Amino acid sequence: MSAQTHWLYRKQNRGKLWLIQYLILGLVLLPELFVHHHAHFPGTDFRLDAGVGFYAWYGFATCAAMVVAAKVLGIFLKRPDDYYDD
Amino acid sequence: MIDLMPPLPPALVMVLGALFIPALRGSARRSLLLGLPLLTLALVWLVPDGAALPAGFLDVQLDPVHASAEGRLFATVFALMAFVGGLYAMHQARTLELVAAYVYAGSAIGVTFAGDLVTLFIFWELMAIGSTAVIFAAGTDAAGRAALRYLLVHLLGGVVLMAGIIAHWTATGSLAVEALSPNSLGTVLMLIGILVNAGAPPLSAWIADAYPEASPSGTVFLSAFTTKTAVFALLVMFPGADILIWIGLYMVFYGILYALLENDMRRILAYSIVNQVGFMVCAIGIGTELALNGAAAHAFAHIIYKALLLMSAGGVLMMTGKRKCTDLGGLFQTMPRTAMHGIIGALAISAFPFTSGFVTKSLETAAAAHEGLLVVWLLLLAASAGVFLHAGIKFPWFVFFQKDSGLRPPEPPIETRRAMTIFSVLCIGLGLFPAPLYAILPYPVDYQAYTVEHVVSQLQLLLFAGFAFFVLLTQMKRTLTISLDFDWFYRKFLHALAEEFTGRTAEARDRLEAQALGWARRQIRLLYTHHGPHGILARTWPTGSMVLWVALMLGFTLLLYLL
Repeated sequence: MSAQTHWLYRKQNRGKLWLIQYLILGLVLLPELFVHHHAHFPGTDFRLDAGVGFYAWYGFATCAAMVVAAKVLGIFLKRPDDYYDD
Repeated sequence: MIDLMPPLPPALVMVLGALFIPALRGSARRSLLLGLPLLTLALVWLVPDGAALPAGFLDVQLDPVHASAEGRLFATVFALMAFVGGLYAMHQARTLELVAAYVYAGSAIGVTFAGDLVTLFIFWELMAIGSTAVIFAAGTDAAGRAALRYLLVHLLGGVVLMAGIIAHWTATGSLAVEALSPNSLGTVLMLIGILVNAGAPPLSAWIADAYPEASPSGTVFLSAFTTKTAVFALLVMFPGADILIWIGLYMVFYGILYALLENDMRRILAYSIVNQVGFMVCAIGIGTELALNGAAAHAFAHIIYKALLLMSAGGVLMMTGKRKCTDLGGLFQTMPRTAMHGIIGALAISAFPFTSGFVTKSLETAAAAHEGLLVVWLLLLAASAGVFLHAGIKFPWFVFFQKDSGLRPPEPPIETRRAMTIFSVLCIGLGLFPAPLYAILPYPVDYQAYTVEHVVSQLQLLLFAGFAFFVLLTQMKRTLTISLDFDWFYRKFLHALAEEFTGRTAEARDRLEAQALGWARRQIRLLYTHHGPHGILARTWPTGSMVLWVALMLGFTLLLYLL
């Protein structure tokens, strides 16, 4: 085992890791230019899912909302983990 | 040949075979552990369709071995699970755990082959006993207490189910396992009894309370059978019951939010069982052929990837003795194989393209869209992103990456890695070649998972969910906490209530006792006054006064006579 820290944990690589993530995200958005998303609910007013990047922003927004919801719920529900130990 | 023999009930072979495990040692035991599930699997497919072994008991006509498409599908994955779980547990688990786990697996198979409600109930309760023993076999105090709480919840569910069966039987005279709708006392009680085992609200807490207290291999067995037999029972008995859509959606988000708050890696995965079963329950509520196929296929795939995730977590627990995210991290450096299997399981549960989750869960969301259920579809879509958030990234990230905890454990033993390899291969194999799984689903499948549009949408949904995870990482810093759940009512509130009750009744009893004692003392004192040595009634009286009284009386008599 090397005494050196793994490259994932080195400070100077943080930026590179974020860059890789942005690249991947850009890559999966590329098909938006030529793939047409069909609407799941034809004949209704709901056309959002056929719009550009719907799945991307919906995934991001709902997950952010869930993290916030969990955070709020945590205010009321969190207890020290020896709470039930008698 | 086969036609001439009465068919061997697969469940009985497994349950009775399990009883021989303690008698064997070494390679003989290993052969039994691996051979028994395979024999059972063969029998599952050899039993002819329909009622194979009708039997009368008292006045009731039973149908204990009844093969159906749904039953075979679930029994197949249960047998497979017992095989791989047996391989994983072989050298780690105590004998009690192995016997209990095989009886448990066998009785789960028994439920899937039950053609009547009595047989279903008997195997249902046998499962409760087997699974309790699996938890208990971990041998710790915490496991013993958790096992007792688990048993109480399941006995309650069992009693409600039994009451439902009897009410249904007296009302209709039918004991058949068939599609019903919850519109009478009997059917509603049966539905509630089954939902208890599915982890439905309000009693969802038993999963995250009990499963993570079992041994590393015990949790793997537990994750597979109880909730999925409940899914099976809902699938055949209550398809299309509208209320299940909303119960399912509640479970989906309950699982996500609690998993996001959780610090213990195996409890994260336990909450995610509720989340996944929620998808299936919701699909059963939708009730179309596409939705029911989706629920069945999702259950099949789920058992495999959830077991894989728990085997990976179990490997970490085995080698480090730690289960809290706050203590773990950086393990990918010395446990790359365990990490890889964990990541494959995590990708499969998140329904990444080319994994088993992708080809099964999308049947369910497609079914919601087909039925025009806009709100349900949007919620399921959000939940799919949430799965990646709470299990798909959270589990591998906090266990194998995040900070470097300084732990440098070796890989777990070879059989456990073999077990993980089998399920990893299945997760990806089913994702790449879904046709064999689609072929054994209850209804014909007319669905194409791999369209460019679907793959692209799913990748965008998941990767942006992952982006949200890393952007909000500071908000998700793990803390040494647990989250209150419904079990607070029976672990704290009722406990405190009982203590208060004991305290008050003890006081009242003391007071009553003091009162009674005082009364008794007063009586004794009274007796003593009148009958004691100086009491008026017990005193010795002088003879003179006696003579005086006699003379007076005689005089009085004389007076009366003369008058």
